[in-house]
Amino acid sequence: MLLIRCPWCGPRDEAEYHYGGQAHVAYPEDPSALTDEEWARYLFVRANPEGPFTERWCHTAGCRRWFTVVRDTRTNEILAVSR
Amino acid sequence: MTRHPTAGLVDRSVPVGFRFDGQEYRGYRGDTLASALLANGVRQVGTSVRLGRPRGIYSAGSEEPTGVVQIEEPFPEPMLTATTVELHDGLVASGLSGRGRLATTPDPARYDAVYAHTDVLVVGGGPAGVAAAEAAARTGARVILADEHPVAAGPTGVRLLARTTVVGYYDDNYLVAVQRRTNHLGAAAPPHVARERLWRIRAGRVVLATGAHERPIAFAGNDRPGVMLAGAARTYLHRYGVLAGRRAVVFTTNDSAYAAARELAGAGVEIAEIVDTRQGQAVVGVEGDTGVSTVEVAPLAGGATRRYDADLLLVSGGWNPVLHLYSQAGGRLRFDEELGRFVPDGCRQAVSFVLDESLPGSTFFVVPAEDYRTHFVDLQRDVTVADVLDATGAGLRSVEHVKRYTTAGTAHDQGKTSGVLTSAAVRQALGGHALGLTTFRPPYTPVSFATLAGRDRGRCFDPVRVTAIHDWHVAHGALFENVGQWQRARYYPVAAEDMPAAVRRECRAAREGVALMDASTLGKIEVQGADAAAFLDRLYTNVLSSLRPGAIRYGVLCHADGMLFDDGTVARLAEDRFLLTTTTGNAAAVLEWLEEWLQTEWPHLRAYCTSVTEQWATVALVGPRSRDVLRSLAPDLAVDAAAFPFMTWRDSTVAGLAARVCRISFSGELAYEINVPWWYGTALWEAVYAAGQPFGITPYGTETMHVLRAEKGYPIVGQDTDGTVTPHDLGMAWVVSKKKPDFVGKRSFSRVDTSRPDRRHLVGLLPDDRTTLLPEGAHLIATRDVPPPPVPALGHVTSSYPSAALGRTFALALVKGGRDRIGQRLYAPLGDRVVPVTVAGPVLYDPEGARRDG
Amino acid sequence: MTEVLWRNPEPKRRYQTVIVGGGGHGLATAYYLARNHGITDVAVLERGWLGGGNMARNTTIIRSNYLWDASAGIYEHALKLWEGLEEDLGHEILFSQRGVLNLAHSPQDVRDGVRRVYANQLAGIDAQWLDPAQARQVCPILNVSPDVRYPVMGASYQPRAGIARHDHVAWGFARAADTLGVDLVQHCEVTGIDVHNGRVTGLRTTRGDIAAERVALCAAGHSSVLGAMVGLDLPIQSHPLQALVSELLEPVHPTVVMSNAVHVYVSQAHKGELVMGAGIDTYNSYSQRGAPHVIERQMSAALELFPVFARAHVLRTWGGIVDVTPDASPIVGLTPVENLFLNCGWGTGGFKATPGVGWCYAHTVARGEPHPLNAPFTLDRFVTGALVDEHGAAAVAH
Repeated sequence: MLLIRCPWCGPRDEAEYHYGGQAHVAYPEDPSALTDEEWARYLFVRANPEGPFTERWCHTAGCRRWFTVVRDTRTNEILAVSR
Repeated sequence: MTRHPTAGLVDRSVPVGFRFDGQEYRGYRGDTLASALLANGVRQVGTSVRLGRPRGIYSAGSEEPTGVVQIEEPFPEPMLTATTVELHDGLVASGLSGRGRLATTPDPARYDAVYAHTDVLVVGGGPAGVAAAEAAARTGARVILADEHPVAAGPTGVRLLARTTVVGYYDDNYLVAVQRRTNHLGAAAPPHVARERLWRIRAGRVVLATGAHERPIAFAGNDRPGVMLAGAARTYLHRYGVLAGRRAVVFTTNDSAYAAARELAGAGVEIAEIVDTRQGQAVVGVEGDTGVSTVEVAPLAGGATRRYDADLLLVSGGWNPVLHLYSQAGGRLRFDEELGRFVPDGCRQAVSFVLDESLPGSTFFVVPAEDYRTHFVDLQRDVTVADVLDATGAGLRSVEHVKRYTTAGTAHDQGKTSGVLTSAAVRQALGGHALGLTTFRPPYTPVSFATLAGRDRGRCFDPVRVTAIHDWHVAHGALFENVGQWQRARYYPVAAEDMPAAVRRECRAAREGVALMDASTLGKIEVQGADAAAFLDRLYTNVLSSLRPGAIRYGVLCHADGMLFDDGTVARLAEDRFLLTTTTGNAAAVLEWLEEWLQTEWPHLRAYCTSVTEQWATVALVGPRSRDVLRSLAPDLAVDAAAFPFMTWRDSTVAGLAARVCRISFSGELAYEINVPWWYGTALWEAVYAAGQPFGITPYGTETMHVLRAEKGYPIVGQDTDGTVTPHDLGMAWVVSKKKPDFVGKRSFSRVDTSRPDRRHLVGLLPDDRTTLLPEGAHLIATRDVPPPPVPALGHVTSSYPSAALGRTFALALVKGGRDRIGQRLYAPLGDRVVPVTVAGPVLYDPEGARRDG
Repeated sequence: MTEVLWRNPEPKRRYQTVIVGGGGHGLATAYYLARNHGITDVAVLERGWLGGGNMARNTTIIRSNYLWDASAGIYEHALKLWEGLEEDLGHEILFSQRGVLNLAHSPQDVRDGVRRVYANQLAGIDAQWLDPAQARQVCPILNVSPDVRYPVMGASYQPRAGIARHDHVAWGFARAADTLGVDLVQHCEVTGIDVHNGRVTGLRTTRGDIAAERVALCAAGHSSVLGAMVGLDLPIQSHPLQALVSELLEPVHPTVVMSNAVHVYVSQAHKGELVMGAGIDTYNSYSQRGAPHVIERQMSAALELFPVFARAHVLRTWGGIVDVTPDASPIVGLTPVENLFLNCGWGTGGFKATPGVGWCYAHTVARGEPHPLNAPFTLDRFVTGALVDEHGAAAVAH
């Protein structure tokens, strides 16, 4: 049970949050300009590192806000939290 | 009897009667089942699982590998260790051969769970644990001390959890403990007190003072009842006043067993011999059918065997620190060859382990022999050194492989006494390399399923959501269906009606007169702000910014992959304010979807989302006479078609209640949805019901709703779609804007597969026989004769109903290239028969929409 | 004299084909490469111990009742192989065809289940629909009372489904491959993949460089890590999936029961232990550990369905790493790198597919083109959109 520090509410159990996968995957500026390959990459390909991973969490059962966490996927250790 | 006259902490003023294997016995309060059995001279507790060899009591704690019992009364419970069962009046138990028995009647006990936050959690209430807890409490810290024994009192300022075993150590110092609250009370347990309680503890720091387990030694016949860990015999003497035998041989690899020998001798046990491997001596055999009678001793270097009469063989192969929780925490373990034991070697979590330096390790594990077939390493799973040699002989090199090959360490004790011995036997077989160890996993000791389930069972398994009008539905005989967490009225049978009859009647009312339905469960989300319209334009497939206040538009939401995932109406309440409806099951998902885009992609947009699902109760008033009913309830509202057209909404007073009336229809009939604050839901419903009486108003449920909408070809998300369907597949190109440069999902429509003309389209199906009802889920093929499998399917039936309005059965289906097949005949093979059907357009009732718009 | 399961050879410096990953899939692929294609100059490289990843951590359920033709094809091929596998391998695998019930708890569950049954029947798979009373006949301890939160409203039943002893399966394939000349190399971690002119040439490992004409990746949850070595970004996310086992109990549960809606799958293994799987933990992780609330939820759901389990005990919980794709279907086939092949993304379906994927992947590697049964499972489907969406049929809704 991870203890995740919501930047607005403070430390809470993992069960209060919703996981959002890799962070900083921006919606393309102009999807219609992308090739099918580029669009598929946006839709389906996400980093999956064994090690530090920058990911999104949403404090669903609290303030309902999204934020960014850096977590080591080998140990689940949370290395950083940012808004 | 082998009870010492004075020693021990048992309460001799309170005798306790119990039964084991059909025999009546007596013990004392404070006994465990194991100590009471030993005190009564019972040596064999069960037989082993594979070989059927007799098994006795081997230890005095939760590491017990052999003394496994079935509790019969007060309630059946399988596979408990006799060493941890507290004795109580009326206890009935029996010995097992490694396999337990579940009760056949429901468990009447309660279970619960609590959360605790503490600065320091100390696990283990021995001297080291108590000292650690006291020291921490003195600094002002909040301290919890957990101990698995029935400890009476803890240090001042410390929250003591007795009879509490910490079983799991998870991420970020989250630990789970099981507290046994009433097991020791037997039939006297108060029924309202939870039998076991799960503690979910978040600790700033954890101190593991979990002590050490004594290791056995592998030698011939080391499984006989009467062979016992030396430290256990001390515990039986000092805690329970029980002498584990009368004449003992002590077999040790280290100093710790000498104290046991000395103390037992002091209590009257005759010590026949102390056999110390460090002096080159070892036990090489044990005789006795159901228990030790003779112990054979020989020099390790070879030589004559000496025989000792004894009924007890005390064994000490050194001590293993109890590092299970440390390992569960992610801590590394290292075998220290000098100390002869594993030691903690670093953990990322805030944990410390109190190593008891007084309990020595050892590097002597296996007494050499020609034949290893009775050198047991795992007494519960009947695994011997010979089995380990078999495994290594088969080419297995990893302890994990050997463990799986032999099953060593997989029993109820999870290898507490056998793990290191197995590893050592592997090392001995393969030579050289470091002692391997398998990973420790939760739980430390077995935990009953019911304890983990706690109170989240029955109605508490998942919240039950009901509408403001629910009690009325119950009172009027509605039968319900689960839609997500909601309970929705499915139909309202009258007298002995079955569902088809009730639905027929309800449909007729809606099509010919007037009917009402509780639509409160639909998700409702308000989106406000200067950029609300622009925001919705980016997510919905159609244009919503052009909607005028007072108007309503149907809209669908697609995921970025172009697949439709929800639909509903969008009402513009004001320039900067919209009310969205969602499907009942998807309300939370849609809100999360909106917020995710708003917060993570377009935080600059001034738009704010609020769930108002439970702010409003909604009554759908449906049918040709609905206008008459509404008129009578809302005299101030101009209800004629010109003043209040389809797809608009009005604020008004309905039945004296402030209401928002939306003229929308999911049935294809003239219809209104009247929304009032949740609190007034029943008042509104009853007023509508009363006002409709002259017109024969009829309540209807979700089943009738499904029929009505299907006759009109309106899809239900999740029933007629399955996450692989685009709006175009549903024939709803009209809801997909061609003008907007982009919206979520748009780019996906032009992919190779998504733009194929022969995708599965939603169509209607008319069975040739007008009374044949296709099963929902039935598949469609092109030929009447079913070819041998695999047969490629052309599609499947998503919805299927008998229709009073159409005078026949009909279905909706997703069919490959379906819109190009209208008029074609397809076949639905149903196992024993094949049903011919004709493909039709999806809108079978009032295709012009005259009724709805009238 | 104990029969030797496999040699423990030193790796050679060159092989015709190297398989990365010594789990069930890697071992089965090696076996079928040798058996079906006569390719024996093969090494299987395993960074830990053979069959020690998801092969050792799954709940051993075998079934083929998937929804779409593509999935049904490869899983049914696997099931047919399972039915003759013990004889083929000459190794006891304790395959027990005790049937599987997939429960429905809502009218929509029923529709989805019936749909799958009809799809299966067309695909030649032995599926049937049972009402609650019939389901209870198959599994007498199943609680079909209407008085629970989500009552059982029916079940699909596949009688030929069952369980097998996972370790024995791994060892059976390992032994058979070893006998045919395949080198099984343990404790050999791949640290790099050599590519020249768009073509794979060999591997860097912790036991030295190994040249290879063909490289077949079979690394489940670690596929992303291997893919990254050649710049191949995969639509794979690695998540913990937990399971647990009880003590040995006298027989109470004669079949396999799965409930997608409440996340339970349970069988009683040969010796008598209850083996159960939980839902997937939500976040990416390679830690092989999950959170306790997932297990607690699983127990609540299990007791809804099986009240008699109340005082059974959890002896051990553990976590595997499942490699999840966007459509809950695998990726098996070629890669943009010539002679580098990919098999991953099996999520919760890996064990049951073992012989089937081994057969098809071996064909793919040997011929340099997909076997017809794995042809739908290309990487390319994510570009065209021709997904094989099995979210409804995979054991866990992920």
